[in-house]
Amino acid sequence: MKLVRVGVGQPCALPLMNDSVPAGFPSPATDHVEDRIDLNDLIIKHPSATFFIRVEGDSMKDAFIPEHALLVIDRSIKPVSNNIVLAVIGDEFTVKRYVVNSKGTFLYPANKKYKALQITEEMNMKVWGVVTHIIIDTKVLHDDRDY
Amino acid sequence: MIGIIDCNSFYASCERIFQPKLEGKPVIVLSNNDGCAIALTDEAKALGIKMGTPAHYIDKDVLLKNNVTMFSSNYTLYGDISKRVTDTIGEFVPRMEIYSIDEAFIDLSGIAMKDIEPLAHKIRQTIKQHIGIPVTIGIAKTKTLAKLCNRFAKKTKKDGGVHIATTQQQVDEVLHFTQIGDVWGIGAQHAKMLQLHKIKTAYDFIQLPQQWVLKEMTVVGLRMYRELMQQASIKWEFQPPRKKNIATGRSFGKLLSDAPTIAEALSNYAGNVALKLRQEKSCAKALTVFLNTNPFRPEDKQYARSITLELPVATNSTNEIVAYALKGFHYIYAEGYNFLKVGVNVGEIVPEENVQIGLFDETDRDKNNKVMKALDTINNIYGRDTVRLAVQGFEKKWKMRQARLSNRYTTNINQLLTVKI
Repeated sequence: MKLVRVGVGQPCALPLMNDSVPAGFPSPATDHVEDRIDLNDLIIKHPSATFFIRVEGDSMKDAFIPEHALLVIDRSIKPVSNNIVLAVIGDEFTVKRYVVNSKGTFLYPANKKYKALQITEEMNMKVWGVVTHIIIDTKVLHDDRDY
Repeated sequence: MIGIIDCNSFYASCERIFQPKLEGKPVIVLSNNDGCAIALTDEAKALGIKMGTPAHYIDKDVLLKNNVTMFSSNYTLYGDISKRVTDTIGEFVPRMEIYSIDEAFIDLSGIAMKDIEPLAHKIRQTIKQHIGIPVTIGIAKTKTLAKLCNRFAKKTKKDGGVHIATTQQQVDEVLHFTQIGDVWGIGAQHAKMLQLHKIKTAYDFIQLPQQWVLKEMTVVGLRMYRELMQQASIKWEFQPPRKKNIATGRSFGKLLSDAPTIAEALSNYAGNVALKLRQEKSCAKALTVFLNTNPFRPEDKQYARSITLELPVATNSTNEIVAYALKGFHYIYAEGYNFLKVGVNVGEIVPEENVQIGLFDETDRDKNNKVMKALDTINNIYGRDTVRLAVQGFEKKWKMRQARLSNRYTTNINQLLTVKI
C-alpha cells in the first residue's frame, strides 16, 4: 500500500533574497540564508493533534509547572510511564505524572503536599493527551529572596 | 472504492472534547440565536427530542430530569476541529472531497482491496485519539452507496463504525435496509411518488425499469439509480466550486423596528459578505437586500420586502458592498413594524481578474483594493472586525442570542481550557 501525503496548501514563508544592489558587492550572507527559528516547529510536532491548556494549582510545581503555566498537549503521542499527562478521571481533568510499574498504574503529583493516586478500573481514568512542553511567562514566577 | 467519513453528532462531539463529563450524556446544540436543535447526541435523541425542534418547545422537565446540556452553536470551535479532522484524513489518503463541516469523501481507488478495511479502521482510531471526535465510515463503489453504508453502520452499530459493501450480496443488504426516503439525494416529492408505487426500499427502487426512472424522475433520478447499481455517476469535486451566490442574514436576538439599529446589523452582514468574496478572490455584480417581520407572530403586522441592485462594476470591497446594501435597505424599510430579520445576498459572481471596468467608473479601484488588503491584514492579526466601517457600529443591539456559548478553546488564547491541578 502506497500512501501519499496530500499537499495541504500551507503557506510557507521563505527568506527573500533581494539582492538588487545597484552598485557595490552582493551581500556575502546571501549563500547562507536560513529560516528564522520558529517555535511552532519546535513545540508543535502534530498540529492537528496539539492543544493548549492553562493550569491552576500547585500540585505539579516540582515538575516546573507553576500556577498559570500554559501547557502544550499532543494527543498523538501514546503515553508511556513517566510522561506528564492531561488525564480525565471520572468527570474531572487533572495534570499528573503517569507511572506504570509492577505495583500498578499511578498518577503522581510533583509536590510533597499531595499524595499519589493509584488508578483502579472503576475510576475509568483516560489519558487525554501527553504534555510535551511547559510555557511560562516569567512574570508569574515569584521569588521570596531579598535582593 | 469511495469512502465517506462522517463525524458522529459533530457539534456535540466538539463540545465533549473539552467537557468529558458529557460523555454518555444527552447533549443538544442549538442553531444561531439559540433557535432550534441542530445537533443531538444519541442520548438526546433517545429522549424523543428531534432535530429542528425549537428550543422553547423542548420540555424543561425532560431537560432537567435527564441532565441534558444545551449549547449555543460555537462555529469558531467547530470550524477548527473540522479542519483538524480533514488534515488528519489527508495524512492517509491521496485525495478527498470535503463535503460539509463534518463529512468528507475519500478516494480509495489506488488502494488494494485487502488494505481498505484496515485503513478505514486506522483513520477512525486516529481521528478519535488525536482529536477526540468519533467518526463513522461507509465504503462502496459509488458516493451514494458509501453514504448508505455509513448510515447502515450508524443505525445498526455493527462493524465498529466502518461498513464496507463490495460484493453484490453486501450491497443488497444495505439496499434492503434503506427506506427509499432515506436514500442520499432523493427529494421529498420523489420519495412520496415512489411510495405510492409501492417502492419501499432502495432495493425495490433498482428493480424498476431504467426507462421508467428516466421518464418519472429525469436524469437526476437516473443518476441515483445508477449510483445504487454500483455505477459511479456523481463526479468528484476536489476543489470546492466557486460559489454562485453568498448570503448573510440572521434573525435578530430580539425584534427591532428602528432603522439605525437594523442598518447597523445589515452593515455587518454586508461586511461579512465582502470578506467572503475577497477570501474567494471573487467579485459580485448584483446585490439583494431583504427585510422581514416574524411570520410566526400573527399578532404583528406583517411586512417582507426585498430589492436587487445591479452594481455598475463587480466589486468585493467592504465600503462599496455596505453602501449598496444600505441604499437598498432605505428603499425597502418602512416604519412601524417589528422586524425579525435582515440580510444581504450577492450574485453574478465573477473571478476578481475578470471584472469588467465600467466606462464611466469613477471609483479609484486600485486605492480601494489597497485599503481592503490593509483591512484584511489587520483583522487577520488582531481579530475579526478590529478595523471596520463606522456604520458597522459597536453596540450590537441586534446581536444573536448565544446564551450557552462554550469557549473558543483552540483559537483564542484567553479562552483555553483551564485545569485545576
